[in-house]
Amino acid sequence: MNAPLFKFGYFGEETGLIIAFIIGIGFGFFLERAGFGSGRKLAAQFYLYDMTVFKVMFTAIVTAMVGLFWLGVLGVVDLSLVYVSPTYIIPQTIGGLILGVGFVIGGYCPGTSCVGAATGKYDAMIYLLGIIAGILAFGEMFPLLRDFYYATPMGQVTLPQLFGVSYGVIVFLVVLMALGGFAGAEWVEKRLAAKKEAAS
Amino acid sequence: MTTRAVLVDEAIPQVQTRAEKKARPYMNPYVAGVGLGLVLLAAFVIMGRGLGASGAFSSLVSFGVQAISPEQAKSNEFFAEYLGDGTHHPLKEWLVFEVLGVLVGGFVSGSLAHRIKGTVEKGPRITTRTRLIFAFIGGVLMGFGAKLARGCTSGQALTGGALLGVGSWAFMLAVFAGGYAVAYFFRRQWT
Repeated sequence: MNAPLFKFGYFGEETGLIIAFIIGIGFGFFLERAGFGSGRKLAAQFYLYDMTVFKVMFTAIVTAMVGLFWLGVLGVVDLSLVYVSPTYIIPQTIGGLILGVGFVIGGYCPGTSCVGAATGKYDAMIYLLGIIAGILAFGEMFPLLRDFYYATPMGQVTLPQLFGVSYGVIVFLVVLMALGGFAGAEWVEKRLAAKKEAAS
Repeated sequence: MTTRAVLVDEAIPQVQTRAEKKARPYMNPYVAGVGLGLVLLAAFVIMGRGLGASGAFSSLVSFGVQAISPEQAKSNEFFAEYLGDGTHHPLKEWLVFEVLGVLVGGFVSGSLAHRIKGTVEKGPRITTRTRLIFAFIGGVLMGFGAKLARGCTSGQALTGGALLGVGSWAFMLAVFAGGYAVAYFFRRQWT
């Protein structure tokens, strides 16, 4: 098997759209299972008493990262054909900060707001309208933002390339970091739960 | 007559139990994370690309702008990029179909767990009206920020994170930094 299948011409664009729909169903299903249709649960990450967002996100990152690494080692997936989005470090960092603020105020991110809306949350529906307004504003202002948008380009650079260490070493370090993070998240949740109980 | 009576008798308690069925608890976060990770891995292996969300809305907005003012859509670099060269419909995009799937998948999971409910997510110390205003403002910031960052939590943090992209990791750290920096000021909304 040569993967990515699409890049090796196993099927065309039209079939790709059907696959997109099916993959989307899986994506939405697990987001909802995790509790990400609830803005309150998502926002709780920023108040530390429920670290589900961190746990789910990093488990997913580690699963996909380790899986892709080994499929690459085994020669199943040609990693050079998997699209890595190019880095524009300053606009992406500023964008991330704005997005983080929007997350706390709005309670969702774009993907989770779809799940929220699909499960009946009116605030998620309003939030989706906000996203549309925000993108429209960005598009209308694009001539003004253009220079900043393309500032500090670094190309399709990855962490192994940036630090000059092997892919495997970075994968291993991210796994270690995630495991440390999970232990920390469990500890914080327990501590805050005990504190809450003592207060009541 | 008798069969009909029986049917009616059975139907009433059934309706009641359905209404009384309580929302099931959420899945263990690590199990859900592995599931999500496998979906992402499948996207890499099958398509050679990851997941996304905000891109679908960019296609939708660009399509809307084109419908209202075709000249403006054409002359604006941002909208023109999403509209493409006109060889295919602007909504016939991979991410648009993926997001339609997200809506279906979320609904299916929510239905199976009895979690579909018309409600507003908020803490007890804030009115519904204020919450909805905040939801809109948050959405605007999210849409704007995601475009500046070239993706959102799905396309950058999750996908780019798994691919170890430098910009994606910087983005991810910035999202948490931005959230924690302002969480205190919005605590009345959630706690």
